[in-house]
Amino acid sequence: MKFETPAGTNPIDQLKVIGKPTDRIEGPLKTTGTATYAYEHNDEVTNPAYGYVVGAGIAKGRIKAIDQTKAKAAPGVLAIVTAASAGPLKTGQFYVDRLLAGPDIDHYHQAVAVVVAETFEQARAAASLLKISYTKTKGAFDLAAAKDSAPLIKQGQFSPPPTTNVGNFEGAFASAPVKLDETYTTPDQTHAMMEPHATIAKWDGDKLTCWASIQQINWGVRDIATVLGIPKENIRLISAFIGGGFGGKGTVLSDIIAAALAARAAGRPVKVTLPRPLIANNTTHRPATIQRIRIGATPDGTITAIGHESWSGNLPGGISETATAATRLLYAGANRFTQLRLAVLDLAEGSAMRAPGEATGMMALEIAMDELAEKLTMDPVAFRIKNDTQEDPGKPGRKFSSRKLVECLQTGAKQFGWNKRQAKPGTVREGQWLIGMGVASAIRGAPILKSAARVRLSREGIVTVETDMTDIGTGSYTIIGQTAAEMMGISLDKVVVKLGDSTFPESPGSGGQWGAASATSGVYAACVKLREAVANSLGVSLEEAEFVGGQVRGGNRSYPLGDAAKATELVVQDEMTYGTLSREYAQDAFGAHFVEVGVNSYTGEIRVRRMLAVCHAGRILNPKAARSQVIGAMTMGVGAALMEELVVDKQVGFFVNHDLAGYEVPVHADIPHQEVVLLEDLDPTMSPMKAKGIGELGIVGVAAAVANAVYNATGIRVREYPITLDKLIGKLSING
Amino acid sequence: MKTFTYERASTPAEAAAASARTPGAKFLAGGTNLLDLMKLEIEAPQHIIDIGKIGLNKIESTPTGGLRIGALVSNTNLAAHPIVRRDYGLLARALLAGASGQLRNKATTAGNLLQRTRCPYFYDTNQLCNKRVPGSGCAAIAGFSRQLGIIGTSTSCIATYPGDMAVAMRALDATVETVKANGAKRTLSLDQLYRLPGQTPHLETTLEKNELITTVVLPPPVGGVHIYHKVRDRSSYAFALVSVGAILKKDGTGRVAVGGIAPRPWRIESAEPLLPSGAKAFTAQLLKGARPTKENEFKLALVERTLAAVLNEAKH
Ligand SMILES: Cc1cc2nc3c(=O)[nH]c(=O)nc-3n(C[C@H](O)[C@H](O)[C@H](O)COP(=O)(O)OP(=O)(O)OC[C@H]3O[C@@H](n4cnc5c(N)ncnc54)[C@H](O)[C@@H]3O)c2cc1C
Ligand code: SF4
Repeated sequence: MKFETPAGTNPIDQLKVIGKPTDRIEGPLKTTGTATYAYEHNDEVTNPAYGYVVGAGIAKGRIKAIDQTKAKAAPGVLAIVTAASAGPLKTGQFYVDRLLAGPDIDHYHQAVAVVVAETFEQARAAASLLKISYTKTKGAFDLAAAKDSAPLIKQGQFSPPPTTNVGNFEGAFASAPVKLDETYTTPDQTHAMMEPHATIAKWDGDKLTCWASIQQINWGVRDIATVLGIPKENIRLISAFIGGGFGGKGTVLSDIIAAALAARAAGRPVKVTLPRPLIANNTTHRPATIQRIRIGATPDGTITAIGHESWSGNLPGGISETATAATRLLYAGANRFTQLRLAVLDLAEGSAMRAPGEATGMMALEIAMDELAEKLTMDPVAFRIKNDTQEDPGKPGRKFSSRKLVECLQTGAKQFGWNKRQAKPGTVREGQWLIGMGVASAIRGAPILKSAARVRLSREGIVTVETDMTDIGTGSYTIIGQTAAEMMGISLDKVVVKLGDSTFPESPGSGGQWGAASATSGVYAACVKLREAVANSLGVSLEEAEFVGGQVRGGNRSYPLGDAAKATELVVQDEMTYGTLSREYAQDAFGAHFVEVGVNSYTGEIRVRRMLAVCHAGRILNPKAARSQVIGAMTMGVGAALMEELVVDKQVGFFVNHDLAGYEVPVHADIPHQEVVLLEDLDPTMSPMKAKGIGELGIVGVAAAVANAVYNATGIRVREYPITLDKLIGKLSING
Repeated sequence: MKTFTYERASTPAEAAAASARTPGAKFLAGGTNLLDLMKLEIEAPQHIIDIGKIGLNKIESTPTGGLRIGALVSNTNLAAHPIVRRDYGLLARALLAGASGQLRNKATTAGNLLQRTRCPYFYDTNQLCNKRVPGSGCAAIAGFSRQLGIIGTSTSCIATYPGDMAVAMRALDATVETVKANGAKRTLSLDQLYRLPGQTPHLETTLEKNELITTVVLPPPVGGVHIYHKVRDRSSYAFALVSVGAILKKDGTGRVAVGGIAPRPWRIESAEPLLPSGAKAFTAQLLKGARPTKENEFKLALVERTLAAVLNEAKH
C-alpha cells in the first residue's frame, strides 16, 4: 500500500482499541521474568560455550604481540579468537568502528580478543591470562583542543548539509538591537540501558542464527553480512525482547561479531555479553558538543537572526552530532545560519542516543532563548510564543503538517502555575533552599519509513501479526496488537503479536522515533489486505463489510471472523510505503517542558521538585505507553542536566567512569513528581494511523528547562553541562 | 575471577587461626565489596574464609551504658536498632545514607569499615594505580580526581575512604576489638585502624594479616543534635562528595567528622573548640595542610558550606 495523500476516515478512527491506555500485553512475561532476552534462550540453545570479550588496554596504537600460552592452557578454554585468527572483517554500514581490532587499536576497550570456555567464569579467568603487549601512539582526545581545526562535516544519509544559510545572518545579527552570543558545552553520554549488549550465536553449516539485543533487525542482518562477508540469506537474527537501547543497540556491535566468530572457532553455540565496564568505551555513545549560538532580536522580541554552530568529534568517517537540527525549524526569523564541524577523536564511536541532534542542540538553544528573553525583559514563555512559525522557516511555503507548540506552552504554563514564577532570579527562598522555575520548548522530527507486516487469521478468529519490528521496552507489542484489533474488529486478547525475527517482514525497527508510527502503519496495510481476504472468503462485498465485535457483517448476515479461515488459515502480507508528503510538509512532534528545582544555598545541591511535559505528537496510540515513554525521557533529561557525563581522561584517552557506579543516572529519589499532558492531535499527512513518534520527543528540552530553573533559582548561569554543584558553589550566597 | 578454595569458620578464633593456616586467605562477610573486587581481579585471594556463621551478630549494651556491635551485624539491623535510633542517631542516619536497601541487608559492620576506595582508576586494571599495584604510579593525580581526596593524601595516592558509617563512628569515638591468629585481642581507635597512604597506599589499615574484627564498641551516648549531611550529585545511591557527621550541643560545642575528603574519616579533635566560632574558623583548622587537585578544589568550600548548613540546621 502506498500512502500518497492525506488520510481520510478509516477503521482506526473508531478508537475502540486504539487510543486506550491498555496495559502492556507482554507485561506479565516481563514481571514474571519469563520474557526471554538475548542471553536467555536456554531452550533453543542447550549446550552453549561462553565468550568473554577482551577490550584494548590502550587508547591508540598497535598490538605488538598476544601471548596466549597461559590462557590456552587455562581450565575449560575452547578457543581464542583474535583479529589475526578471524580473517578479514569489514565494518558495517552504520557504525564505522572495527568490531574486532588488531593489530591497530583505534580506541580504548576496542575488542581485541574473545576467549571461549565451557563456563563464563572460566572464560573470564582465562581472558585475564592473555598477555597483550602494545605500542602506544599519540591520540586526540580533547574536543576543545581539536575544535579550531575541525573541518565541516560531509553530507550523507544521517548528516544534513554542513552549512545552511537563509537571508543574511551576519548582517542581520550585527545590526540587531538586542543580541546574544554564547557558547555551551554538552558532555559525552552513555545510554546506560539496563540490559547489556548480549548475543548467542549458533552455526548450522554456513547458516548463522543470532539471538541478540538489537533495535533494527534489518540493519543487523545487513551489517552481520557485511562484517563477516556472508550472504544475508544465511543469517537469522532474533531479538524478541530488548532491555532498553536508547540508540545504543542500533545495529551490530562487538558482542554479535564476537559470538559469531567464537561459535565458529569453538564449533558450538557461544554466548557473549559485554561486561558493564566495557560498554562505555567499547560501544557507541552520545558525543560531546561545543555549541555557539547567536540570536538577534528587535526590542519587541521578534527574532531577526538566529545562528547555531556545533562541533563534535568522532572516529574517522563517523557521523556528527547534528545539534543544529532543531534550530533550523523551531523559531521564526528571516536570517538564519547553521554549521556543523567534526573533529577526529580517538575515543569510542559517537552515534545515536535518544533524540540525537535535537536533544543535544536544544540543551543549548533553549538556554540561549532563556538568556535572550531576560535581555528583552520578556517572559520566556511569551518570547517563545512570539516567535512561533507555522511553516518551515528555512523553506517558506512548506507548512508544518501540524504544530501546536503555542498550545503546549500555554497549556503547560497554566497547569504548572507559571504565573507564580518570579522573573528576577534568586528571589524565592524556602529555608536553606532557593527555588526556581524553568521552561523549554521541545521539537523532534517525526520520520516515518516503509514497514511491512504479515497477518494470519486462524479459524478460531485469532489474528497473528508478524513483523521484524522490535520492542525495546517502548510498548511496540501492545500498539501493534491494538492496531490489528482495531482493524479486524476484535478485542486485543484475540491478537498475537510476534516481533523481532528476521524471518518476519521487514520494518525499520526502533530508532529515530519512527518505530511506532511506521510499524503500526505497516500492520494497517497488512490488515487492509486481510479484510479483503476475509470478505472474499465469506463472500461479502468489501464495501459493505463491517468488522465489529469479532463478527463480519455484510449482506444482512453476520459471520464470526474466524469463519473466513474455516478451510485454511488466511495469510497475507503487505507493506506501507510513502509518497512525497514528508517533503511537502515539515513533520515534527512538539512539546513544552516546565521544571521547578530547589538549590541548596549552602551546598549547591540541586534537586528537581516537579516537572510537567505537554506533548503534541499526532494520534496517541496508547496514552499509558506514551506517558511511560515521556516520563522516562524526562528522567533521562534530568540526568543530562544534572549528572550524566562520561568523563574523558585526556592523558590516557578514555572514558574513566565506565560503570554504573561512576556514571550516575537519576534514581527514584531524584524524580519526585512528573506530569504529562498529551494534547489532542491527528496528523493525516503521516499515515492512516495519523500518529507520530513520541519516544524521543520527551527528552528534548528537558535539560534546558532544568538549567533555566537553576538560573531562576540562583541567578547563576551554567553553560557547561552537567550542572553540578561545583559549578555553582563559588557563586552562591548563603541564606536560610 | 581466579579460582579459590573456601571454608566456613564457626568461631572468631577459628576464623583467625584458619586464616593463619592458609596463605593468601581473606575473610568473607557480606561480600558486597570483596566479591565485586574479586570479579575484577583487583583482589585475588587464594582462600576464602566465610565468617557469616561465627556468631558475631548481636548488639548488646555495655555495663557503662555504651553499645557493643558484633562485626557481622548487618547495616540494616544496626540502623534499625532502637538504642541506635534513640541514642546514636548520627550512626543510624549515616548508615541509611549509604548504598541501597538491598546492599545494607548484606553489608556487615566490619565489612563496611573495611570497604575499599572507589577511585575509578583503582577499578580499571589497565590503569596505573599504586594501591592496586604498588609502585606502578597513580593515574588519578593528573586525571579525573573530582571525587578524590584533598587531605591526608600523598604523592602516591589521593584516594578516599568512601564509606559513611565510619564517619559517624569516628565522631562517636567508636573503637574496634580484634582477635589475632594466636588468640591475642586488642582494641583500636579508628585513627589507629586506618593508615594514611604515604608511599604505601596498598596498606590501608594496621590490622595484621590474620586479624579479625570481632566487635565495634560505642561509648555511652553524648546527647546533642545528631546530623549527617551527605552531599552528592544525585539524591541517593552515590558515594559522598563530602559528608559531615556532627553532634552539636546547644552551646555550640560539639564534634565533627567529615567523609569523602580523605583516606579515612577526617576528624581533628584539636579543631573542635573552634566550632562555636562557626564553620569558617573550624574548617580552616580542620583542612589545614589540604592539597586538593584542580578538579577537587571545590571540596574546600564544600566542606565549610556543608558544615555551615549543618550548624544552621542544628539551630532550628
Ligand atoms: C553499588 C554500591 C553502592 C554502595 N554505596 C555505599 C555508600 O553510599 N556508602 C557506604 O558507606 N558504602 C557503600 N557501599 C559499600 C558497602 O557499604 C560495602 O560494600 C559494605 O559495607 C561491605 O560490607 P560486607 O560485609 O559486604 O563486606 P565484605 O565485602 O564481605 O568485606 C569487605 C572487606 O572486609 C573484610 N572483612 C569483613 N569482615 C571482616 C572482619 N570481621 N574482620 C576483618 N576483616 C573483615 C573482608 O575480608 C574484605 O576485605 C556501596 C556498595 C555498592 C556495591
Ligand atoms: S588515587 Fe590511589 S587508588 Fe586512585 S589511582 Fe592513584 S594510587 Fe590508585
